[in-house]
Amino acid sequence: MDEWFGRTGEQPDTWTPVSPRLAWLRRTVLLGLVAVSALPAAGILSGRATVLGWLVGLLAVAVLGIGWVLLGRNARSWAYAERADDLLVRHGVLYRRLVVVPYGRMQLVEVSAGPLHRWFDLATVQLHTAAASTDARIPGLRPVAAAVLRDRLAARGEARSAGL
Amino acid sequence: MATLEGRHRLHPLSALVRGWKVVVAFLAFAAQQGIERAGRGLDARHLLVLAGAGVTLSLLYGWASWVVTRYSVQDGHLRVDTGVLFRSSRRVRLDRLQAIDVLRPVLARALGLAELRLDVAGGRGSHVTLTYLSDSEALALRAELLALAAGLDADAGEAPERVLARVELGDLALAHLLCLDTLAGILAMLGLGVAAARIGGPGVVAALVSVALATLAPAARRFLSHYGFLVAESPDGLRVRHGLLETLAHTVPPGRVQAVAIVEPLLWRRLRGWCRVELNVAGHVGPGDGSQSVLLPVATRQVALDLLARALPGLDLAAIPLSAAPRRARWVDPVGQPVLAAGADERFLVTRHGRITRRTDIVAHERTQSVRLRQGWLQRRLGLATVHLDSTPGPVSPRVAHRDAGEAALIVASQAERARRARASALPERWMTARPQDGGTG
Repeated sequence: MDEWFGRTGEQPDTWTPVSPRLAWLRRTVLLGLVAVSALPAAGILSGRATVLGWLVGLLAVAVLGIGWVLLGRNARSWAYAERADDLLVRHGVLYRRLVVVPYGRMQLVEVSAGPLHRWFDLATVQLHTAAASTDARIPGLRPVAAAVLRDRLAARGEARSAGL
Repeated sequence: MATLEGRHRLHPLSALVRGWKVVVAFLAFAAQQGIERAGRGLDARHLLVLAGAGVTLSLLYGWASWVVTRYSVQDGHLRVDTGVLFRSSRRVRLDRLQAIDVLRPVLARALGLAELRLDVAGGRGSHVTLTYLSDSEALALRAELLALAAGLDADAGEAPERVLARVELGDLALAHLLCLDTLAGILAMLGLGVAAARIGGPGVVAALVSVALATLAPAARRFLSHYGFLVAESPDGLRVRHGLLETLAHTVPPGRVQAVAIVEPLLWRRLRGWCRVELNVAGHVGPGDGSQSVLLPVATRQVALDLLARALPGLDLAAIPLSAAPRRARWVDPVGQPVLAAGADERFLVTRHGRITRRTDIVAHERTQSVRLRQGWLQRRLGLATVHLDSTPGPVSPRVAHRDAGEAALIVASQAERARRARASALPERWMTARPQDGGTG
């Protein structure tokens, strides 16, 4: 079991981690959310009861701190490995997930990047099979790497395509 | 049937049959408005004119849509051009055909019409329908399309068939009666009936009627839909026919069955030893009741096993040993743990789960779309993990639940390898063309 989830680079399959920028992207989102929700509350409360205002501030800092660490761990857990006949994608720290997609089963490969992703110069590669439940998504790739990966996967899929 | 360079039209009555829902809606609207306004002393003639205009418009639209709709079969494709306001032209690759249905709704049946529906694995909304053709045209076109999809000549004709299973009317009725939801509905009605006898009053009667409708309607609908269920086998694949009012004839070519499940609800298993067989076919993200996903609505286990041996050539369920999930899995699944089991041979993977309604899922290795390994926090503490084998959308989603983590990792590794080997020796898409040397059909 642990051979699938051990630290990057320690197992026979060479896992490629995603960009560390993914953690920064998610931390930015967290920072924004905390700021939007906590600052006005602290501002209103601090005018009347200073203690409550400080408590809200403390809570916000705690959420930020814990989230910061968790998001970092989670972003580090994302990795993919290209084997001879299939692609592996794994992620998750507490709830660990691994998906194996044979190249011959891929129906389409999609590269997408939202505004925030583009700001951080990141892109997501998603693989679709004929099964809706296949959840093979690799977020946090650099756009050039994503395009190269997409072309490589598409070429391999073409070579091994076998209907359904 | 007008012909223009091999392009065919649908049956002219299609306009009428397709438009009848609009007509009924208009008439209902007019009647309701008429009743309301009559109370206020308004003239009903305006409404009649309005309703007449509506009916005429809908029929005109139906006619226009008939005029612009044409289909043709050319070099391995079925081409359908349609659309009055939004033009569309679809081409279906026949070697990618997953299933063909011939559907006859009540009104169409009365007029001798049938709808032909082609399932291709393109997800929701990718199936192509021809509504409506005459009965004989629909059957001839189905035979032609299947022959082309098989890699034969277009005029190979209808393939012969052999009946595999037939569901008796009594069995079907009893089976639907023995469902827990039907029984609960009947019990609730009995209770309300007693209450009505004691108390009386229109409120209780209304409640009784609505409960009866709500609980018995789905069972009644399933019963009508599964009436006269027949499963046959032909070189075209499996053929399923059923329905009392609206009939459906469903053909699944060889190698298109993605996964099957033997479902044994509690009462069926305990009282009669019955089960139901469900299947996944790609492109069947069909309408509501999922009747196309049922291969056999009720049968004894032996009949079901015999049928499965034909549907999935090479399957011998008794010869695949199932191993139970470890006892510590009861911490994550206290109810279901004693039933959890899984096993595999060179061609199929079998999993069993469900304590009340027991399900046995079977999927061929070469039909596995992807393999997922999942381990939650509690599972990790217990050293367990779950392996999902992704199949196309449908009632069957096989998973090997709560295995020892090491074993789960082994399953993932070996499953990828087995799938690779099985795909190499699978049947070609045009199933009547050259077969692989080792004979994939068994």
